[in-house]
This record gives sequence, C-alpha cells and structure tokens, in this order.
Amino acid sequence: MSSSTLQHLVNQPYQHGFVTEIETEVVPKGLSEEVIRLISEKKNEPEWLLEFRLSSYRHWLTMEDPSWAKVNHPPIDFQEIIYFAQPKPKKELASLDEVDPELLRTFEKLGVPLHEQKIMAGVAVDVIFDSVSVTTTYKAKLAEVGIIFCSLSEAVKDHPELVKQYLGSVVPPSDNFYAALNSAVFTEGSFCFIPKGVKCPMDLSTYFRINTEGSGQFERTLIIAEEGASVSYLEGCTAPQFDTNQLHAAVVELVALDNADIKYSTVQNWYAGDENGVGGIYNFVTKRGLCKGVNARISWTQVETGSAITWKYPSCVLLGDNSVGEFYSVALTNHLQQADTGTKMVHIGRNTKSTIVSKGISAGRSSNSYRGLVKIGARATGSRNYSQCDSMLIGDKCSANTYPTVEVQNESSIVEHEASTSRIGEDQMFLFASRGIGQEEAVSMIINGFCRDVFMHLPLEFAVEATKLLGLKLEGSVG
Amino acid sequence: MKLLEVRGLKASVGGVSILKGVDLEIDRGEVHAIMGLNGSGKSTLSKVLAGHPAYTVTGGEVLFEGKNLFELEPEERARAGLFLAFQYPVEVPGVSNSAFLRLAYNTVQASRGGEELDPLEFDDLVREKIKVVEMDPAFLERSVNEGFSGGEKKRNEILQMALLEPKVAILDETDSGLDIDALRIVANGVNSLKSADNAIVMVTHYQRLLNYIVPDYVHVMDSGRIVKTGDKGLALELEERGYEWVRAAA
Repeated sequence: MSSSTLQHLVNQPYQHGFVTEIETEVVPKGLSEEVIRLISEKKNEPEWLLEFRLSSYRHWLTMEDPSWAKVNHPPIDFQEIIYFAQPKPKKELASLDEVDPELLRTFEKLGVPLHEQKIMAGVAVDVIFDSVSVTTTYKAKLAEVGIIFCSLSEAVKDHPELVKQYLGSVVPPSDNFYAALNSAVFTEGSFCFIPKGVKCPMDLSTYFRINTEGSGQFERTLIIAEEGASVSYLEGCTAPQFDTNQLHAAVVELVALDNADIKYSTVQNWYAGDENGVGGIYNFVTKRGLCKGVNARISWTQVETGSAITWKYPSCVLLGDNSVGEFYSVALTNHLQQADTGTKMVHIGRNTKSTIVSKGISAGRSSNSYRGLVKIGARATGSRNYSQCDSMLIGDKCSANTYPTVEVQNESSIVEHEASTSRIGEDQMFLFASRGIGQEEAVSMIINGFCRDVFMHLPLEFAVEATKLLGLKLEGSVG
Repeated sequence: MKLLEVRGLKASVGGVSILKGVDLEIDRGEVHAIMGLNGSGKSTLSKVLAGHPAYTVTGGEVLFEGKNLFELEPEERARAGLFLAFQYPVEVPGVSNSAFLRLAYNTVQASRGGEELDPLEFDDLVREKIKVVEMDPAFLERSVNEGFSGGEKKRNEILQMALLEPKVAILDETDSGLDIDALRIVANGVNSLKSADNAIVMVTHYQRLLNYIVPDYVHVMDSGRIVKTGDKGLALELEERGYEWVRAAA
C-alpha cells in the first residue's frame, strides 16, 4: 500500500456539497445594536429577550477572541458576517406539503427524508434550515405526554416563563466570547421540555444545515428534564460546500433536575474545507449540562468529523449529590482540519461521578487536540472521575495533543487518567491484506475498533451512520 | 504446472539486498521446510511471497499456478490461495477476533464464488474449525491477538489457515515461542489441514517442528540463496553437524 493510495482514500470530496436555491431574506451584514433590534423585531420577541441580547452584546464588546486553543485562523471580521438569514416563506406552512419542494429535495439528497422513514424509525425531527424552523413533526404526539419539543422562537412565544427561567442559566452570556456573541444574536434553535416523571417515548432529533453563503449560524438549544424525566436527543449536521469560511457559534444548555437523565448525541459532518484548507466551517460551540438535582445524569456522545476548526468542550456541572456526567467523543481530523475539543467535569455535589472517553484520529496534515478539565471541589467528597484519552495517527504529517487538567480539593475523591497514542501501522494493514481484506475495509475495521467504546453509547441509527462516515472520511488516508 | 515456482528471486529491504537469487519449486501435496540461520533470508522470502510493502523485488520471478505472483496485490494473493502465518502476529485493539475472521472468510469466499456467511452461520463454522487448534472459543470474542500468549497467537494463525483453506501455506517460524504441548497442538492442526491439493512451507530454525510435521523436502538457506536441498534426513544431519557444515560444503 503506498501512501498515495492512502491519501486517495482519505481525500474523498465532500458528498453533501450542494447549494439549494431558495430565496433568502437577509439582514444587512455586520453587528450593532440596530441589527440586534432588527433581529428581535423580525422575530416579534418580548422586551426581556431584547434586553438579554443587548446586555450580552454590550458584554461581548468588552471581551476578546480567545487565543488559548491550539488552532490557527486569520482574525474573524465580525462586521463581515450576516447575522440573520431566513428562507422567505411563500405562505404560512400548515403541513409538510406546503414546504418549499426545493427544500424537501435538499433533505432527500442528504438522506433525511422527513416523513415515513423517520416515522418508522420513531424519530421526531425538528428541522432547522438556515435559521428558521420549517416544520416540526410529532409535536402533537409528544404533547400528549406533556413534552414540549419546538423551535426556540416558538417556545419564546408559547412558553415564555420556561425560557426566561432557564435561558442562560447554564451558560451565562458572560461565559466566554462566543457564548456572549451567540446570546446577542442567536436566531434559532430547539427547545425541549420533559415534565416531571416523563420518559420521552422516542429519540428527539434535529438536523442542522447551513445554507446561505456567508451567513453565520447562531443556534441556541435548551433542554430541560424535570424530576425523574428522561430524554435522548440527537443532533446531526451537514453543510454545503463553500469557499468562504462560515462561523458557527452555537450554545447548548441542558438542565437535569432530581433523578433526571439527558443523553445528547451528535454526529457532526460540516464542510471541512478542501484538501488545501480553503473554506470550511469554524465551529466554536459552547455546550454545557447542569446536573442540578440529586442523582441526575447527563451524557454527551459526539462524533466530530467535519468543520475546518472545531472548538468545543461539552461539559457537565455536577451540582446535585450523586449526579453523573459522561463524555464519549470521537474526533477525526484530516487534511488541514484543526480540532481542539474535550470536556470539563466540574464536581460540586458529594459522591458525584464522571467518565471521559476521548478518541482522536488524525490524518493528513491535521491537528487534533484533547483538552480536558476535571475539577473536584472541596465539598464534593467521595467523588470519582475516570478519563481515557486515546489518539490514533494515520500518516506522519498530522499531530495529536492531549492537555488534561486535574484539580482535586478534597482527600476522599479518586481520579484516574489513562492515555495512549497509536498509529495504524504497516504491519496491521499487512495482516488484513494477507487475509484477503482490502485497504478500505481494513481501515474501517481498525478505526471502528478504536472507536468502539464511544460508538456503543450512540443510538443504533447514529452508530451505523457514524461508522460509515468515518470510513468515508478516511478513504485514501492509510497506506 | 507446478503450484509455486520461484526463479532467481532477488529482493531488498531499505536498499539492503537480502535475497540473492532463490530457486524453489513447490507442488501440490508437498511439505517443504526452509531452514537456515538468522539473517539467511528465510523470513524475507516468506514476506516477499506474501507481498509485504517494505520489501522490494529486484530480480527473478515467481509463478503461482503459472501466473506472475507479483502482478497481484497482497490481498489478491491471499484470495488466490497464498497464506502466510506470521512469526509475530500483530494485535488489533478493539476489533473482535470473530468479526475479523468472518470478514477475512467472507472476502476470500466471495472472490472464489463461494457462499458468504452471516454472523450466526459463521459462528457455527468457526466453532468447528477452532477444534483443529484446540483453542478456547472465548478467544473469538477478544480483540485480535490482544493479550494473547505467544502460543495463543500462533494457534489463532492456524485457525485463520483452517478457515481460508489456502493452496500454499507458509508458516513463518510458527514453532518459535511454543512450549512442547502447544507445539504438538499446532502441528496436529497443520497436519489435519494437509491434503493432496495443497502445499505447506515451514520456515524454521529447528529440527523440533519437523518431528511433528514431516517434510518431503528440506532446503537450507544461506546468504539469500538456497544452498542445499534434501529430504528429512538433511534436517537431522543439520541438527547434528550445524549450519557451518552446509556452509563449508556449499
């Protein structure tokens, strides 16, 4: 196997690279109080939300773009970004039949049929197209058990008290530069509320898609599980191919009350730029879950394969006694992709537990870093953390880095950390070849074996998708 | 037409010439032993035949059932019926042995127009085949070779041979690292797989293995060539008189 055939395998063009032609209504580019007022006005928002945005914006003006991550990019001109884009509705959408057929075809191409397939798969889909929710299925069915699953804008309209209570309660606007920016300009996102004692009967799924060239995407997701409630939420992303970088700065907040359980799974496949690093999404995301009550559990599972730059640390704040936080991650980088991703586990309550399993795969000339913080406070006696960070290198021009930080402030807690670095070796590949197995299947099997501890935590449908995606992303990179 | 014909084979690794003109003919139903000191080129010969990418063929030719072996990629050679049991089987963490064996089996079956098996059917087959090497079926559920002892790794190699039913099986120092019981089990396994249609090539330092798998031909390699060929008596003579004797005679 020559390294050139390996390169060929890894260098498959992005399959979802097409642009849908839909009339788009945009707010002029750039950011100012006027633009924020305009966004808020277009969305008919209440005064308190406008205030939330404006104070976030004013705080953002005092902050600086973070520079500690191991990523490089030219300075972002925030005045060149379009902060609001919305497909022009032809009329009020009463049913799926009225959705722009062009849009439906886009979903078909993505393999995300909205109707029967998803119904059969038992998944309710809240589809975000650019920044506006086009349709929400299953809402009625979920409503029967008291679950609210809708766009954040609808929630602001229909359940303002819940949004007001929880928005920014886990990720305050002042948390970091991009969270502040998001708080000022977020235009869409999902809202999910599982009332006391309700187990959500199906996985909830949102497919994101960035479509308007040059428009930033500022999603905001808020999920609340009341006492004893549980929910599994799936987030999948794919984007069309563009030359200009697209900034994506989402915020996801999860709140789990006593005995509640939230499982949040992501498969991310945004445009990563071409093999020379031109174009691609900048994915600067703040994701955090708060285990507010006793015995609460929040689990993040992510498969990150896309974006030119990923800056993302899905975290858990373990406030309630005996609460549990989990982070299972596969991050794959190829070509000139840069990923700085990991998690923070902040133990505040007693006997809290956290598990971190991170698998980084680097190919091409990419840079893949794990950055993690495990912090066990003075009151969090009897707490435990187990961390495992494994890196796999493909080829000799990529890099893998691990930056674990551990702070323990009591003597009864236990922290374990394991790390390894391996390489898909010539001898492994030769073993497969000498048993008749071709390169692509060999790489796919080795990588899936490497990622098994993470994939086993994905919902089945996602696990299948993730397995295929990794194989596709690495085609041509091993040899 | 012979099964395998090696003519004047020359090969190098990292620019260093190792094989300097190997001639060898192997036919169906035969058992060959290739012996020699460390560095004589025995293992290199095995790897070159199987197509290890680190080795470069610099001269000569190899015909496998009359066809140029070097026109085939390593995986194509395996599908065509060439098998190499590794001296040092590599570990593949996270990949279950049974999944690996099934993928290998089905790939080879597909290329030969045979029937591919689903996991349940394959499980029946592999549990039957595993008896050949007296291996604990628990090893099927572990990662490929991970944490296996030396003997278990070698048994796993012979299990792969049993599943893939090669025409030519090259066993590269399969006896190294085996205690006497494991050696007997592995040898019994190989003997049970021997037939009038296939050939077995054992690469070894020692006479020991040849007490269990009796060769029809014994070849002695030295400095990248086969310098002497005889019957099983040659191995015994080597054991007694040492390699210097061959060298002096050659």
